[in-house]
Amino acid sequence: MVRPLGFLVGLGFIAALLCAIFTTPLTNEPNASHAFHKEPKHLALSSDGLLPHWDKAKLQRGMQVYKEVCSACHSLNLVAFRDIADLGYSEGQIKSFAKSYDTIPSINPDTGEPSTRTGLPSDHFPAPYANETAARAANNNALPPDLSLITKAREGGKNYVYSLLTGFQNPPANLPKELQPPTGLHFNPYFANLNLAMAPPLHDGQVTFADGSPNDVKAMASDVAAFLVWTAEPKLVKRHQVGWAAFIFLLIFTGLTYMSYRNIWADKKH
Amino acid sequence: MSFPWAKPYEPQHPLMKWMDEKLPIPRLVYNATGPGYPVPRNLNYFWNFGVLAGAALVIQIVTGIVLAMHYAANAGVAFNSVEHIMRDVNAGWFIRYAHMNGASMFFIVVYLHIFRGLYYGSYKAPREMVWLLGVVIFLLMMATAFMGYVLPWGQMSFWGAQVITGFFSAIPVVGDPIRVWLLGGFAPDNAALNRFFSLHYLLPFVIAGVIILHIWALHIPGSSNPTGIEVKDEQDTVPFHPYYTAKDGFGVGVFLLVFVALTFFSPNLLGHADNYIPANPLSTPAHIVPEWYFWPFYAILRAFTFNFLWIDAKLWGVIAMFAAIALLFFLPWLDSSPVKSSNYRPLNRIFFWLLVLDVFVLGWCGKSPAEQPYVFLSQFCAAYYFAHFLIILPIISRIERPLPMPNSITEAVLAKHADDKSAATA
Amino acid sequence: MASETETTAGIEDGVRRRDFINIAAVSFAGVGAAAVVLPLVNQMNPSADVLALSSTEIDISAIQPGQAIKTSWRKQPVFVRNLTPVEIAEAKKVPLSELRDPQTIDERTKPGKENWLITLGVCTHLGCVPLGAAEGENRGDYGGYFCPCHGSHYDTAARIRKGPAPKNLAVPPYEFNSDTVVTIG
Repeated sequence: MVRPLGFLVGLGFIAALLCAIFTTPLTNEPNASHAFHKEPKHLALSSDGLLPHWDKAKLQRGMQVYKEVCSACHSLNLVAFRDIADLGYSEGQIKSFAKSYDTIPSINPDTGEPSTRTGLPSDHFPAPYANETAARAANNNALPPDLSLITKAREGGKNYVYSLLTGFQNPPANLPKELQPPTGLHFNPYFANLNLAMAPPLHDGQVTFADGSPNDVKAMASDVAAFLVWTAEPKLVKRHQVGWAAFIFLLIFTGLTYMSYRNIWADKKH
Repeated sequence: MSFPWAKPYEPQHPLMKWMDEKLPIPRLVYNATGPGYPVPRNLNYFWNFGVLAGAALVIQIVTGIVLAMHYAANAGVAFNSVEHIMRDVNAGWFIRYAHMNGASMFFIVVYLHIFRGLYYGSYKAPREMVWLLGVVIFLLMMATAFMGYVLPWGQMSFWGAQVITGFFSAIPVVGDPIRVWLLGGFAPDNAALNRFFSLHYLLPFVIAGVIILHIWALHIPGSSNPTGIEVKDEQDTVPFHPYYTAKDGFGVGVFLLVFVALTFFSPNLLGHADNYIPANPLSTPAHIVPEWYFWPFYAILRAFTFNFLWIDAKLWGVIAMFAAIALLFFLPWLDSSPVKSSNYRPLNRIFFWLLVLDVFVLGWCGKSPAEQPYVFLSQFCAAYYFAHFLIILPIISRIERPLPMPNSITEAVLAKHADDKSAATA
Repeated sequence: MASETETTAGIEDGVRRRDFINIAAVSFAGVGAAAVVLPLVNQMNPSADVLALSSTEIDISAIQPGQAIKTSWRKQPVFVRNLTPVEIAEAKKVPLSELRDPQTIDERTKPGKENWLITLGVCTHLGCVPLGAAEGENRGDYGGYFCPCHGSHYDTAARIRKGPAPKNLAVPPYEFNSDTVVTIG
């Protein structure tokens, strides 16, 4: 009974699929934007690979770029001031860094009115806008995304961030009219829709680094991408260190279990 | 039940004797996974995956209970509570990544376990019940994994919940009310998140219960083996302990090596970038895909693009996707060949590997965007999937001429070793 | 266990070496399991964000002599009390031998700031919050704090005088940043 019924059911599914095959066009609708879209450029960082480490000076520069440029529009909600100890700052430096922010939302203890206070190490980086509506209102209805997880939340990660920041350019001459950037948008071949609301944020020499490092657009983009790798995955270096210890331990363990297995089976043919 | 030559449990220590009289758990363990369970001596490494699936479940339950101590199932804070685990909780990043990749490891070993069963005919009499319970476990796993993926409340979580509960709206008349009932709202929100968390916590224990039944049912006929010939006498078997505990110990070592490599060196390899964006009910990601272990079924769902007969394409897709799993329940009766192992079934062996290829292609299509050639490939491969189980298998099990088989497991083992020897001297 | 199934008896050394490998494998499994248990236990300790809140700054300029305020540190209540000279004298009068937990008021305050009594508002009996910090609350038989749960009385130096509590109210670590600002923790 099962087999004849199964046979009929099978034929039903196959018939439905054959109809689907014959009614589906075999060619894709042409998508013009694909031709102009580019894969992200590779950015090599010390946090890559199986033996990563943080380049602390670079992360500090990246944080400076974030603070002086990106933070005008982008929040960094998940990162607390105390976290930047990873970047090589001392407790005192963190305290004064936190104190340099005087826009931490607070409540006036006497009146109960909303107010602001200076930052403490336990506070998170304050957001530039009070809420999404305010952020959209200030940016022509485009929402600047939070940057805490951006290198994990975009395909291509750090490469994407670096390519996007360095990829602003004039639209190519053969760009079809419907793909031309509308007013207020900017052409960037690394962005999925080719035209994005963010204006080119970096300009050569915009940020002055205390250590005299190069401050052209590429250098700053690379520094801030490195910083955003850290904000997205602050435990990355520790994870690899623990991982190697666990992996080597398990290699020995697996070797021993293999020997034990061969041992116990030594007198049994199987 | 067991074979007559199974080693009887004879506690020596007075405490163990006392325990045996009051609550004979040691006896149960001894007879189930100890020296009291005789197992065919010729099992190959594919027989390791059952134990490994059990290990994966234990890992998921332990890490899951710990995560639940820090996770907050509230749509407003769920995403940030996961990031709190990743950043601030002691070793939280390790526990969360272990749970995330533990789910993938669980599915990897269970898929290998299922394909082992398909190749070696483990679903055939007298082990039909073992197979049926296994399919139940597989269904429960899929439900648990789906609800777990919703919990971080990222973009893929949200839209996964939206799409999967959308299946139910394909049911005529009652579909929409059922979907609203499942979600406790008109779109995934706090109510859905809370109930998914509750069920995600419950179902693994249900799975553990069905696993006990699965093992119980297995112990009645005893384990199958690569020849598919049933055990005849004591020579054919070895006690589970120490022989297979040792072999499983090695299996666990290899499993953990892969698991550790994934968890520590590439924890997001099998995940999706969009799930690091908080859920946004107003904007769907450009390309939504489920987790890898659902890709073949997702491809089957999407393959149906034609309103055939009086059923529309959407309902066809949903029915076909569920049927793709449900037909496994009928497998012991679809395949009527008395020979179990495909080692002796030349025709079935070819079609088995074609099925493996078919499922891989379906998986690849499920991962890819709904464009050509993936649409055609998924339509073709979905048709082949149903053809394999519902048409090809019943036919070849009738017409196939099996290869000559050894008389017993021991004979097969000795013949193999004789071959090795002659090959070595040649 | 391997030796039980050994077919060739009498190879003493062989048996021992074989057992050693099995024992080594099982021991490694034990060590590995213990190493995994550690993070699973440690995750229940306070997380980094909880630890980061371990210091609180308070402004004490508005507290008049004889008054107290209730604030919080590590999610526990803290009493800050501006003692009057009479209360200080009362506390000093008590001989140490009469105290259950002998401590002088000098040991419980900072030098030169002995009018500032800063203690946790957690009864050392079973953790209720004693009364006496707010205006008009029962200050107990000794004019300090009174715990209503099980009737512990604390004196003006917040030392236990009567009732079931074994210890004085604890003094948290704190520093005067200036005459009017104190950092607790």
